[in-house]
Amino acid sequence: MTTQKKDFLHSLWDFFCSLKLTMFLLISLAIISIIGTVIPQGTPHPEYLAQISATKLSLYKALGFFDMYHSWWFILLLYLLTVNLTACSIKRLPHIWKIITQPVTVFDHTFERSLTNVATFSSQEEPVVLKERLVALLEGSFATPVITEADGAWHLFAQKMPWCRLSVYVVHLSIIVIFIGTMVGSLFGYKAYVNIMEGESVAKVVTRSEKELDLGFSVRCDKFSASFYASGAPKEFKSILTVLENGKPVPGLEHTAIIVNDPLTYKGITFYQSSYGDASRFLFTVTDLDGKNAVPVTVLGTEPVSLPDGSEMHVLESTPDIAPYSPGLSGPAANVEIHTPDGKSERLVVYANHPELNIEHAKHHGKGPVLQYKEGDKRMYTGLQVAKDPGVGIVWLGCFLMVFGIFTAFFFSHRRIWVRIQAGTVTVGGNASKNQGAFQQSFEHLVERLKADLTKEKQQ
Amino acid sequence: MTSSLLFNITTFAYLISMLAFFAFLASRAKGLGVAAMSVAYGGLLAQTVAIALRWKESYDMGVGHAPMSNLYESVVFFSWTIVLIYALLDFKYKYRVIGAFVMPFALLGMAWAQLGMNTGIEPLVPALQSNWLLYHVITCFLGYAAFAVACGISIMYLLKAGSESVADKVAGSGLMAMFPPTRVLDDLNYRAIMIGFPLLTLGIITGAAWANYAWGTYWSWDPKETWSLIVWFVYAAFLHARITKGWVGKRAAWLSIIGFAATIFCYLGVNLFLSGLHSYGGGK
Repeated sequence: MTTQKKDFLHSLWDFFCSLKLTMFLLISLAIISIIGTVIPQGTPHPEYLAQISATKLSLYKALGFFDMYHSWWFILLLYLLTVNLTACSIKRLPHIWKIITQPVTVFDHTFERSLTNVATFSSQEEPVVLKERLVALLEGSFATPVITEADGAWHLFAQKMPWCRLSVYVVHLSIIVIFIGTMVGSLFGYKAYVNIMEGESVAKVVTRSEKELDLGFSVRCDKFSASFYASGAPKEFKSILTVLENGKPVPGLEHTAIIVNDPLTYKGITFYQSSYGDASRFLFTVTDLDGKNAVPVTVLGTEPVSLPDGSEMHVLESTPDIAPYSPGLSGPAANVEIHTPDGKSERLVVYANHPELNIEHAKHHGKGPVLQYKEGDKRMYTGLQVAKDPGVGIVWLGCFLMVFGIFTAFFFSHRRIWVRIQAGTVTVGGNASKNQGAFQQSFEHLVERLKADLTKEKQQ
Repeated sequence: MTSSLLFNITTFAYLISMLAFFAFLASRAKGLGVAAMSVAYGGLLAQTVAIALRWKESYDMGVGHAPMSNLYESVVFFSWTIVLIYALLDFKYKYRVIGAFVMPFALLGMAWAQLGMNTGIEPLVPALQSNWLLYHVITCFLGYAAFAVACGISIMYLLKAGSESVADKVAGSGLMAMFPPTRVLDDLNYRAIMIGFPLLTLGIITGAAWANYAWGTYWSWDPKETWSLIVWFVYAAFLHARITKGWVGKRAAWLSIIGFAATIFCYLGVNLFLSGLHSYGGGK
């Protein structure tokens, strides 16, 4: 029973330590991730729903295809990958740690046979003098060696960059750090959205899960402006914002401009320029020719509005004072476009201070109705993304570790040199954790140098 | 001298270089190899000057920005990075013949850009007005280019490995004799991906940092982001394949080719077939 249990745990451990599992998970993740790039994520558009059959729709819904990157099976794969890379690291780390902290310093014959790079040459020099010279040479051209005397021989061991053996584990760790960062972000942060009209302020935002959140302060939009290139392509979207605490502007955050790619942050909450729109309001009344049956009509922005007779109207432009455009007239006016139910359309100017002109126009065109302009409030609103993510620093730490780990893993190598001086014979051995070809060359080069220097000095 | 003339010269140079590499393969005349490489270097130089000139021209027009903002500019830059990475490998390892399998990618890019695309310099839309554009594009495309070179080398590996398994014909005959041994090709493939993988990682991270800076979300599973992650998964699999039994050799070469196919889909396919946040969407 206990052996069986042990066997089971053992094989489970081996399963999670296996590189075959790593290959399976990486390739599966690559293939499965494609689904969410083909099937739109989030709430599907009606046009998309019209394209697919009802069976497909219910199948996709059941499988979680419309939010697949948060579905249990995708998360499960990510968890498995995390367990896999943790298990692999735990399994291999002690061995690597031993190589780094307890290097083989005695270069015996058994160990010599395990090395691919070995060279031997002889010298008539006294062993002690030979040792001193080799120590100095290694110090100069490679690294300071550790000296051990054993079995009647001198053993020198020198190494470079032993720590780079850990870089692979730094990469593995970085992935876990990034996951922790994303979890902190989703537990303690939020993504929200808010529209603010020019001149108004908000203290609450709506999160992506439709929850209303108190900011703890308020933000006022002083002004929004959009500018365009001659080609019509957008050039700049800019909001001027003021942060208010208890109704009073926060010093340094008054009339601050934010544009796309240049947000504003206050108390860990960041506001990003995201969209904009027309939030103007225009007030009209519609009456009969004799001024009776007055009906108020409000037009919002560029939106069309239905009139009592069934026609549709929208505002093209408006002004608080018509005088500069039409000498002799004064007061507010709006230029509107009307589409009648029988398919006709016309553009006309409607005045606030000149009802007689409005009536005359109506008479001219039949029996009415008469449009009267009252007042307009022309303004824009700005749409801001609001984000709070306390985990983002952890994510960047993970990213830094990953890049650092990958670079050291690829471009640094742990190189080791052993030398044995025994009975007039010098044996040199070498090993590198990576890039064997390049190491072989530099090893041969080093041996040549040792040989040349030792013989040269002897001849003097 | 305008950048557009220099880009045409570049395209022509890459064509000549590619043809010379093919002739080199067929004839095994050493001089042709040297000529092919020299023309490629000449083209690289012309293209470098052309990119710098286009950058300056955009400032002269008053819309100054790095020439990496639309499909045309990115394809030209991609082509430049491919030849650059190949030149680096040639400089270090001197396996000239690889050019026959790398220059076609560079030529394809330049020819498509010069013949099929609108080459006008356009001002930047608000979303692209950021220094992150430069860091993000440079790291991504250097990574993509290294994968292109690795793909060329992998194709050579499969051809060579295939010809070796089909009996021993007369040794040293045919095109394959010019190829480096499979052991060397496998090693070069790994080295190219060793350049590409850290750069792709940096490219994804700079993209995430930019997204976070501009929208407050470093990752939103946008199709482009997801595909870059798919590419990352494939090359991560490649790197682990080298230490996994049964995955070395041909399977690793196939992973490299599949990785590059995914890279190209990430770069072009996502914009042409899927919808998302990246700018050169329509491909016009």
